[in-house]
Amino acid sequence: MEKAPLLEMRNIRKDFFGNQVLEDINLTLREGEVIGLVGENGAGKSTLMKILFGADVIRETGGYGGEIILNSEKVSFNSPFEAIEKGIGMVHQEFSLIPGFAATENILLNRESKKKSVLSELFSDRMDTLDRKEMDKRADEAIRKMGVNIDQDMRISDMPVGHKQFTEIARELSKEQLKLLILDEPTAVLTEKEAEALLESIRGMAKRGIAVIFITHRLGEILAVCDRVVTMRDGRVVNEVNAKDTSVAEITKWMVGRDVGAGSASYVTEDTGKDKRIILSIDKLWVDMPGETVRNVKLDVREGEILGIGGLAGQGKLGIPNGVMGLYPAGGKVTFNGEEIPLNNPRKCLDASFAFVSEDRRGVGLLLDESLEWNIAFPAMQVQNKFLKLYLGGLIKWRDDKAIKEITSKYIDELAIKCTSTTQKAKELSGGNQQKVCLAKAFALEPKLLFVSEPTRGIDVGAKALVLDALKKFNKEKGVTVVMVSSELEELRQTCDRIAIISGGKVAGILPSGEKLEKFGELMLKNC
Amino acid sequence: MSKNSLGDYLRRFSVPIMFVIICVICAPISGLSPSYLINEIVTRMGRNAFLILSLLIPIMAGMGLNFSMTLGAMAGEIGLILVCDWQIVSIPGMVLAMIISIPISALLGLFCGKVLNMAKGREMITSYIISFFINGIYQLIVLYLMGPVIPIKHSTIKLPRGYGVRNTVSLLSMRQKLDNLIPLTIAGVKIPVATFLVVFVLCLVIIWFRKTKLGQDMRAVGQDMEVARDAGINVERTRIISMVLSTVLAGIGMIIYLQNMGNIATYSSHSQIGMFCIAALLVGGASVDKASIGNVFLGIVLFHTMFIVAPKAGTVITGDSMIGEYFRVFVSYAVITVALIMYETNKRKNKSKESQQLALEQENANG
Repeated sequence: MEKAPLLEMRNIRKDFFGNQVLEDINLTLREGEVIGLVGENGAGKSTLMKILFGADVIRETGGYGGEIILNSEKVSFNSPFEAIEKGIGMVHQEFSLIPGFAATENILLNRESKKKSVLSELFSDRMDTLDRKEMDKRADEAIRKMGVNIDQDMRISDMPVGHKQFTEIARELSKEQLKLLILDEPTAVLTEKEAEALLESIRGMAKRGIAVIFITHRLGEILAVCDRVVTMRDGRVVNEVNAKDTSVAEITKWMVGRDVGAGSASYVTEDTGKDKRIILSIDKLWVDMPGETVRNVKLDVREGEILGIGGLAGQGKLGIPNGVMGLYPAGGKVTFNGEEIPLNNPRKCLDASFAFVSEDRRGVGLLLDESLEWNIAFPAMQVQNKFLKLYLGGLIKWRDDKAIKEITSKYIDELAIKCTSTTQKAKELSGGNQQKVCLAKAFALEPKLLFVSEPTRGIDVGAKALVLDALKKFNKEKGVTVVMVSSELEELRQTCDRIAIISGGKVAGILPSGEKLEKFGELMLKNC
Repeated sequence: MSKNSLGDYLRRFSVPIMFVIICVICAPISGLSPSYLINEIVTRMGRNAFLILSLLIPIMAGMGLNFSMTLGAMAGEIGLILVCDWQIVSIPGMVLAMIISIPISALLGLFCGKVLNMAKGREMITSYIISFFINGIYQLIVLYLMGPVIPIKHSTIKLPRGYGVRNTVSLLSMRQKLDNLIPLTIAGVKIPVATFLVVFVLCLVIIWFRKTKLGQDMRAVGQDMEVARDAGINVERTRIISMVLSTVLAGIGMIIYLQNMGNIATYSSHSQIGMFCIAALLVGGASVDKASIGNVFLGIVLFHTMFIVAPKAGTVITGDSMIGEYFRVFVSYAVITVALIMYETNKRKNKSKESQQLALEQENANG
């Protein structure tokens, strides 16, 4: 008779305010087994792991459905600390380390070895002194368990990024009760050699009986180290297979493979604009945007086209418009209409008649406490002196409220913005309508080049279609060149002429939007 | 980035170096004898060290310069006023004053810590304003409640109108009692041995405290609150404890300070003490997020040498002693301003370093 599995997740369901993100997930995991969890961004991997780890956000949004059985015992964690107590460890994508502490101190953070002192009797055990020797021993043990050597006295801030990752893993391994380790894209920041060492250490852990859930976009690694591969798409497990019976190509297909063919008639299948003039040329661009680093990007945009920029989250696609528009430190060369545009200077970009609809709608996009009139007219007023009455040869500028009201009404009609009046405050609108205001704001600038970043993030299907149609119409009628960044490949394919896929901060390739889905999938995973 | 160039060091220690230069130039001009100078510095070392040491713990916990150490100073003054009225003299009087001040400072520290937890990232300006607010309450107590509510008997303390405390309360009965407890004079320099012993013990306690679990937690919280929280450290509580400790120590420090001075300026003793202590610490090379015991002592030597020689030098040069007075106040504020600006620019510089790294990486990639 086989031993009961270590972990069993049965019929896990989760919705965020009616938006179903996980449906009927079943997952079993035995002691010492390594499973690979793959899927596009938004497939539900992270949410599933958050449920397992008892993340606060799950409880705050109404909990989950289904049950989790750990060691033949039904569990439901209210906080990550409970999950840790039961032997689950998780290494997150973002480092959770104290920069000024040595590796040892980080590995044993808040679990330090202590010696009694006089005052600890008087006050609390927080007055115990630290037992450095014992700590060194325990940290050393954990590092040896991991099988990758790191300097345990080195401060985190002096470490190369790979060693930070290993410190995190060692911290999990130093917990004696650890039975299940979740690794969320641990190799994303590692060099090839370090990644190889990590895979070796995962094998070692499995031999010791620790089960591992390994999440990564590098499918080769999954095949190299996992026993089973679970593929998720749109909140469901679409496939579960033994690693040795499959291939990278097959997994890629499961990951992206929606109902291919449906509605493909409207796609632009051929690269028709080869002879068009290059209006914007980006060369050797780097952008230091946290979490969306761009490295050495070369990209040409043709006059009058809609260029899509796609790719997985964190690969740098958002960094491109933000860097060009000067919102994050950037370097390189950007030429527009034969003229070089200086970087790190938003005003110069606006003067060159660029416009940008930011993905950060509430932070960058809108003046939340101001009226729609102000929101729509403000940039045009500031940048182009529109909607102003000039007196004394321009010495005195007065706002032209009538013209502002007019233009606002025009865009409210055109984009079907649902609002009570032109003076309603921007923060009172719904997400979709706020997005339309952002677009109207950019349209009012009458730009020659429009950057749109994640235009449909967090808005409902109806509003989505409207926003995309408005963009297409704007492009066609005014001949404005549009560069659109989106995480949703499907949306890019329906809207754009060409799609550039960004992976690992670089352009992995540019395809006409009618190209096969698998091709896009390959590019997405190319450098990550 | 582990290697610091000479320029980095110069920048880091620019304030102490500036003060060394000022002192070296002013000392001969002032015409003060070296023995007088050393005597003065030793006295001031005993007077101020405890107070300044109380600033170290909040810096460790990442709460910046504790401008609200004034709260502890007020608690210390209340203790001393009461003890004076009860006519308990000498060392027992001081000890009793400390015992009275501790619960008051602890309560004030608790209040301050709670408020600062609501204003994370803006601790310094918040604690500065809190010190003004509590000063108002202190005045209410000392000016109106002492007499009718809190009994004050002696007419040397009470205002002639029948309630409230006089502008100056004489501490003759305990003046320099701690300093002179163990008399020692070396080469004409009077050394307050007992005071130094108390300061020394506090230094040991601080060093030991850094090695405790609580100290480790404070350092963790100081560097990254989120990470500390994820590891299960109670961030809010740790921060409150650091404020309570700092305020209590400041109260005791104020009592040591005042026994050396020999009188309390009831309505002004505490108001400048925070500023001068912080300035001295910064002159010693500390920054908003990093300070050591060494910084404290170097700071006292440099800052107070400047304090002593600058007015004299000013008098010699301009014939007007006011210029030196003006200079010392001006310099304290200037030092704090410089330290705050340097803290911000360093933060920004570290950020742009990341960008440069990225640009460099790319250049290498492009060959």
